[in-house]
Amino acid sequence: MESKEARGVREIESRHQALGLAGEHLLEMYYYMALARALDERMWVLQRAGKVPFVISGQGHEGAQAGVMYAIDRDLDWFVPYYRSVCAVLMKGMTPRELMLSLFAKAEDPSSGGRQMPGHYGHPRYKILSTSSPVGTQYPHAVGIAYAAKVRKTGEICVVSIGDGGTSQGDWHEALNFASIHRCPVVFVVENNGYAISVPQELQMAVRDIAVRAQGYGIPGYTVDGSDVLAVYAVAKEAVERARRGEGPSLVECKVVRLTAHSSDDRQEKYRPVEELEAIRSVDPLVVFRHYLERAGIMDEAKYTEIHTRIREEVDDATTYAELAPYPDPLTATRHVYFEENGE
Amino acid sequence: MAELRLIDAINQALHEEMERDERVLVLGEDVGRKGGVFGATEGLYDRFGGERVIDTPLAESSIVGVAIGMAANGLLPVAEIQFADFIFPAMNQILSEAARMRYRSNGAFGCPLVIRAPYGGGVHGALYHSQSVEAFFAHIPGLKVVVPYHPGDAKGLLKASIRDPDPVLFFEHKKLYRMVRGEVPEGDYIVPLGKAAIRREGKDLSVFAYGLMLHEALVAAEEVAKEGIDAEVVDLRTLRPLDKETLLASVRKTNRALIVYEDNGFLGYGAELAAILAEEAFFDLDAPIMRVTGPEVPAVPYAPPLERWFMPDARRIAEAMRRLAQY
Repeated sequence: MESKEARGVREIESRHQALGLAGEHLLEMYYYMALARALDERMWVLQRAGKVPFVISGQGHEGAQAGVMYAIDRDLDWFVPYYRSVCAVLMKGMTPRELMLSLFAKAEDPSSGGRQMPGHYGHPRYKILSTSSPVGTQYPHAVGIAYAAKVRKTGEICVVSIGDGGTSQGDWHEALNFASIHRCPVVFVVENNGYAISVPQELQMAVRDIAVRAQGYGIPGYTVDGSDVLAVYAVAKEAVERARRGEGPSLVECKVVRLTAHSSDDRQEKYRPVEELEAIRSVDPLVVFRHYLERAGIMDEAKYTEIHTRIREEVDDATTYAELAPYPDPLTATRHVYFEENGE
Repeated sequence: MAELRLIDAINQALHEEMERDERVLVLGEDVGRKGGVFGATEGLYDRFGGERVIDTPLAESSIVGVAIGMAANGLLPVAEIQFADFIFPAMNQILSEAARMRYRSNGAFGCPLVIRAPYGGGVHGALYHSQSVEAFFAHIPGLKVVVPYHPGDAKGLLKASIRDPDPVLFFEHKKLYRMVRGEVPEGDYIVPLGKAAIRREGKDLSVFAYGLMLHEALVAAEEVAKEGIDAEVVDLRTLRPLDKETLLASVRKTNRALIVYEDNGFLGYGAELAAILAEEAFFDLDAPIMRVTGPEVPAVPYAPPLERWFMPDARRIAEAMRRLAQY
């Protein structure tokens, strides 16, 4: 007779297998989530140590990002990020060194050459569009990218991310409206962590689930537990396939937790109850996913150590590399205002 | 060579560019089936279809925002804002996004985008269909700003703008659309951005203007010529980048400068021209720099006597020319 434990493993296995995912796929997702977290934590340490002036990041959002990015064609498709997209841009191809170069504002930073604050990702080679600080402006950009993909028949789709606060912007609405009219191949992702800096969701909107707004645009809307990587993957896959088939956009709302303050300039203890901050630790996507991988027999202690040793080396390497890298020369500050005939 | 109106020249440029390059597309309110409220996009929908001639929802921010995304992914969008007065919802997209895309990505991403918008008063458009908005945009590094007066320029400058790798604001004075005719060269005619044109050579004073005010300045110059005042009239055409050489060379010749613009004077585009002349041509000036501008009210009022009161015209420009010549 099968033991209770063995039956549990079988049930768990059937969950990812039903999605067409093998153990190695899950380990890849886990690796990126853990890498994002380790880099993110290091960034905060560097900020607190006075090495860099500012950090804004995505601790608690990694599961949602890994689930979404695993569902796209990471070479072919476009991604329009926002400032919490640490895990997503890593999965799209950016390296730990590249992220650290941006944190330290060094000349070699591929996102902006040290011109923008950290967290403003962009990388043409990986089809990550450059982003700004005004919230919501990226949504129409994603629609334009997707429209162009449709007209040019490139087969690309575009994924765009935003937080719950950003959904209050007119650009957010205008983008969903435009994209649904023209059935643009775009997946609208909202990483809903319940707070726009300090403003809780109930003061941001009168609905509990942002995804219900999809109905207003005649497109599918999904609300999914962002700490459950596989659940996010399943929903994102559906949205991506729909976009790829030319049937138009979808709205995917991932309920996530914000484990850190909004940024290094914020102190969330001021406006979030201590009990809440303790409770969200239990749905940390990294903890949840690790537990799943262990129960499914995909990751044991040795595997865990192997992955985390590799990550620590990468984060150390990235930190050292970026810290030693040169700053941009002020003489270059007037460049790239307009196209340069002989520009790089 | 055909004598065309400004509106026809713009329409021709759009047809030719869309024919020449399939990456070019047009989007905006009523630009498709209707052909635009002024007819600038007439015939494009029938020729190129709804995928390349897009009737957008009534939402200016996304007209520009979506165009920015299109430009990032290989298209050359020409966005129409139905009236320049309605461009402000798109201000954030233009200023924070289009203008900064190249700079903030350290040259990695460009934003080849044209935003066309009819501007200006004198057409009974009142507060919200008459504004001159060029100063807001000419202020911003990363943008180019073009205001054609001559129909030939309208074609050549629009084609140059569509082929330009950076975002261009292209303001068309709506009163000029059907007012004057001018020679428009057939075929692939380009007028490079950043070059002013001397519309009338003269030796006594220089008038700097663009759009409808250029027309008024030319009328005024003929008027004062009868009195023996020989005015040079310079059509700036591109407000950013400014053709500083032509500006300075003209003043070094005539030693007197009159700046005309329809917008209210305070911090308007001509204020920058005056500053440049004061900084770089001070010792060439025989008289203070003068300006003829719209009055300091928020916008153009509707009733005919009020609108006439607002609009700078040939009569006022001629008066200023006389004062300047006698100084």
